[in-house]
Amino acid sequence: MPEVIIKNGFVFDPLNGINGEKMDISIKNGKIVEKVTHKAKVIDATGLTVMPGGVDIHTHIAGGEVNTGRMVRPEDHVKDTVTKTAMTRSGTGYSIPSTFVTGYRYSQMGYTTVMNPSMAPLEAKHTHEELNDIPLLDKATYPLIGDWWFVLEYLKKGDLKECARHVAWMMEITKGYAIKIVNPGGLESWGFGHNVHSIDDVVPNFCITPREIMVGLAKVNEMLNLPHSIHLHTNNLGLPGNYSTTLETMKALETVPYHGKPVAHITHLQFSSFGGDSWGNFKSAAEEVANYINTHNHMTFDMGQIIFTDTTTMTADGPFEYTLYQLSGHKWVNSDVETETSGGIIPFHYKKNNAVNATQWSIGLELALLIKDPWKMMMTTDHPNAGPFSFYPRILAWLTSKDARMATLKNCHKKAQKNSLLPSIDREITLYELAIMTRAAQAKALGLKNKGHLGVGADADVAIFNINPETTDIARKYKTARKAFKNAAYTIKDGQIVVKDGEVVGKADGRTMWLNVETTEPCRIDDEMKNKFRQYWTVDYENYPVSDHYVKVKDPITIKASV
Amino acid sequence: MSIVKSVTCPICGCLCDDIELTVEKNEVVKVRNGCAICESKFLGYKGHHRIKTPLMRKDGKLVPVSMDEAVHAAAEILANANYPILYGWSSTSSEAQRIGVELTEEVGGIMDNTAVVCHGPSILGVQEVGIPTCTLGQIRHRADLIIYWGCDPWSAHPRHLERYTSFTEGRFENSQWKSYMQKLKAQAGQKKLESAARIEIGSTHPKPQTCTLPGMPQSMNKSGRKLIVVDVRKSMSAEMADYFIQVQPNKDYELMQALRVLITDGELDVDSVAGVPVEYLKDVANALVNCEFGVIFFGMGLTQTAGKFRNIEIAIQLVRDLNSRTKFTIMPMRGHFNVTGANIVSAWQSGYPYGVDFSMGYPRYNPGETTCMDVLLREENDASLVIASDPGANFPKKAVENMIKHPLIVIDPHMNATSMLGDIVFPSAFVGIEVEGTAYRMDHVPLPLKKVVEPPKGVFSDEEILTRILNEVRVIKASSKKLSKKVDA
Amino acid sequence: MMVEQKLKVTLLTGRTIEQGVGKEKGKASKEYFDACSMCYMDADDMKNLGVKNNTNILVTTPDGSVVLRAVKYPRSATPGLIYIPYGPWANAICSNRTTSIGMPSFKGTPAEVQPALDQKVMTMEELLKSEFGR
Repeated sequence: MPEVIIKNGFVFDPLNGINGEKMDISIKNGKIVEKVTHKAKVIDATGLTVMPGGVDIHTHIAGGEVNTGRMVRPEDHVKDTVTKTAMTRSGTGYSIPSTFVTGYRYSQMGYTTVMNPSMAPLEAKHTHEELNDIPLLDKATYPLIGDWWFVLEYLKKGDLKECARHVAWMMEITKGYAIKIVNPGGLESWGFGHNVHSIDDVVPNFCITPREIMVGLAKVNEMLNLPHSIHLHTNNLGLPGNYSTTLETMKALETVPYHGKPVAHITHLQFSSFGGDSWGNFKSAAEEVANYINTHNHMTFDMGQIIFTDTTTMTADGPFEYTLYQLSGHKWVNSDVETETSGGIIPFHYKKNNAVNATQWSIGLELALLIKDPWKMMMTTDHPNAGPFSFYPRILAWLTSKDARMATLKNCHKKAQKNSLLPSIDREITLYELAIMTRAAQAKALGLKNKGHLGVGADADVAIFNINPETTDIARKYKTARKAFKNAAYTIKDGQIVVKDGEVVGKADGRTMWLNVETTEPCRIDDEMKNKFRQYWTVDYENYPVSDHYVKVKDPITIKASV
Repeated sequence: MSIVKSVTCPICGCLCDDIELTVEKNEVVKVRNGCAICESKFLGYKGHHRIKTPLMRKDGKLVPVSMDEAVHAAAEILANANYPILYGWSSTSSEAQRIGVELTEEVGGIMDNTAVVCHGPSILGVQEVGIPTCTLGQIRHRADLIIYWGCDPWSAHPRHLERYTSFTEGRFENSQWKSYMQKLKAQAGQKKLESAARIEIGSTHPKPQTCTLPGMPQSMNKSGRKLIVVDVRKSMSAEMADYFIQVQPNKDYELMQALRVLITDGELDVDSVAGVPVEYLKDVANALVNCEFGVIFFGMGLTQTAGKFRNIEIAIQLVRDLNSRTKFTIMPMRGHFNVTGANIVSAWQSGYPYGVDFSMGYPRYNPGETTCMDVLLREENDASLVIASDPGANFPKKAVENMIKHPLIVIDPHMNATSMLGDIVFPSAFVGIEVEGTAYRMDHVPLPLKKVVEPPKGVFSDEEILTRILNEVRVIKASSKKLSKKVDA
Repeated sequence: MMVEQKLKVTLLTGRTIEQGVGKEKGKASKEYFDACSMCYMDADDMKNLGVKNNTNILVTTPDGSVVLRAVKYPRSATPGLIYIPYGPWANAICSNRTTSIGMPSFKGTPAEVQPALDQKVMTMEELLKSEFGR
């Protein structure tokens, strides 16, 4: 592969402590190297901001749930069509872009690695088939196992080791990357139309509590040495007053042995930081939640920031999606998956003149600005739940510019304006902190050693933006910043220029990463297990795993477990 | 001789994956666990209707040609067509379907699949109101009330009940097989008694069954799973039901609306709806709200009768309403083994599940305008490619007439009605027997299809044939661009 | 002058297990022919029309007409309904009206039935040839 040198840019590489230093980045054979020869292709980054390629820790882009979302929303696609070019396939976009468009749009914003956070193990082949059709990005996906019958049964028995071995087996055969837990206990309850309402509610037929599931799996995660922590969508998500459940959850996880690496990651925290006790007196509890996070180090988080637009919600939290249906009367998809999980989809329009939506918008930003350590709080929209990922540049502007926030706030519902903490918050995230929240922290939390930084040995995934930090004050010129983040000057993937001036100019498949977890004692895949398999699922054991056939460009990572 | 286990059957939307095949000398000689249709396919796929070489129509007759000639001719047709239709897709793998979308996009045609004559209306209904559904295992484990509405699984999805519904064991519900066997014995006994009584009286013909609708029988009060069938006539599936509701043709919409009223404790001001007395409907409504977990499976009886997608909409709304009282789900009985996959692949690549028009360079979707049936009836197409389906046998006459007015390319293993009408015919290998691939079950669960025998020499997979045509189309388009540049210069 | 009796019915088309088995054997097979070139009728309707079991009838709709073998529906009375399995014989007469959503009206459309003892049921090849010239 050719050599490339990015000359003279302002480099922001927080994992290596580089804060806007003018320096060259050398690339050879798809990796960052110390230096290159004079034959290297030169990219003149004078006056430009250079960052590692973006990493998105949580974005619903592939699989059964996402695709059903596409199928039920033709009215969403018709307003955003993408024409075929010599370099790119056609497609449709807006809140649930088709696969090719997903890859192009992320890449056009300087992203190079994305994580699909919800995969029903039974439908894993589908997720991987779609990931294969997302170009220009490296990707991975998290299997949903918080309500998996094997997990519930082994944790109930107290057999952590056997639970761990089964989780390792599940991770490998679904080609997954992390343990995903959604409304633990709630999804199994939803199988008969019920839900759990506190972390100590007992799950019918399984006699286990959400607390036991979360703590048990967090311990299993440690035993397996998985690179990411458990990835958790809390109980009572989306309900007024749920911040108390979130605090209880975080306290419960304090009991998991902490060795310097976070024991859990709570995703789309905005949806779990609601105060009040009804929609009538709905308010932000961002301050309470942020205060806890500022004094505890055992967890990481991502925002789930609201965008005011017509979007589509889709989560494994079936009962929550049903609640949204009851509130809105919108078309509602429910999809429970045998033995494993559930899911729901419902369109949702977040409006500035809706007091609750506007307060939600404020909550996401309050959290990000009140949590002092940017390594703890990552930028996402839980795409497409709180908003489509193509609106990320707006969030970057809100984070880095008080002017931008105030400009939006002043058009919001009066009640939301009155109660918002944003007028009293002057903090403006710096470019360096932005680089942390959108790439460095995400890569670190995920344990991706070669992503999110530009040190020697890293994958040559680079984003270059039309922002001169010396001459442009992004806090004041937030519209300029937004444009710059929307259309990268260059996106480089494995050393190849794939985007130039916001246009796709190169082809690349991207790799799919997954974990092969080596336990000391393997899970007993014997006849007894195979028979149990037949009792639990409606597919044969042999047809369940995701074979190598399903991954176009393979990037397995071997992990040695302690069990 | 070898035995291959856990084979996925490539026939219907059940996608049973527990088939066991005995293979000897590159031929399937025995099938275990399959239904009659499954056996018919695995044992009969090599019949004399198998096409052995590519064919082209010359002087009115289909004659053997080389693969290269056929590929080039097909590519020429597609590359030069203004508005070609690429139709079918439902009996091939998702791997082939992906290439299909790429090819359709390249030639600016319409990508449509058999859902257009099957569950297309269901998709339209779902696009209006969503769908509360689940995977089949949820039914198996939890459902205590199973309803088949406007479909006849015994005929079209023969193992559905034994694998997923009434006659299977679940974690929370048991099989009703024994209870059904006992009912059959009792019925046989009853018939013997009646026959004996007639002989005694001296009548030689059984009295014709009169069409009096029975009310809900006592068996509906039993514990365990209950089965209701709703149809315009007593099908074989209806014979197995605990309660059969005979609805008047084209009146399912009214019946479902009536139930929606009754499950919310409303009153009806009529004595009967769709031929069913309201008193019986009240019993049905009670059964619906009092179950632990109910499911409605539905089929062509709703999608192909008056109202079409509105019937599905109302069925889904009934199930949505029921969710405020209990747990209820609904699922379409998909016909072809990978029509679900065709919708899924089309949706992830283009955003739309069928009837996708690429003629403007980007995907457009407007059923009634861009669906192939309407394009054919309006005579707007100027070429067709048909793969993994048989519209020659399944489309109304007028549509087929218009299809063959223009070049017709066919990709199929068998000499079926469409192949007989084709201008260029490619023999293809059977997915799930001679070629591996992936298919999606009626509940969207993806399953691997195995290759158990080698295809005949010279017969390629759908993937290979489509790839060759696509590559040739690109060559033709590139050279015609060069030519037009030269001409302009 | 003898007036030929005609019966007005509602036409349904659909699957049968024999049609399923037949189509896998091959669309030109005897099994497919037997399974699909037939029409289920109500026993009383057949009696009133003077049609014996397994004899031929002519079914006509605004879209066409086709000769089929009439078979008594074995499971219940279905007065006024006829059922033809999916296939080219059914498609010779079924309605192509898609009501603007792409789906023809394969079930529930009006038809007329009359005895056709002296007429032959066409094979699939003969049917395709007569309809499409190929």
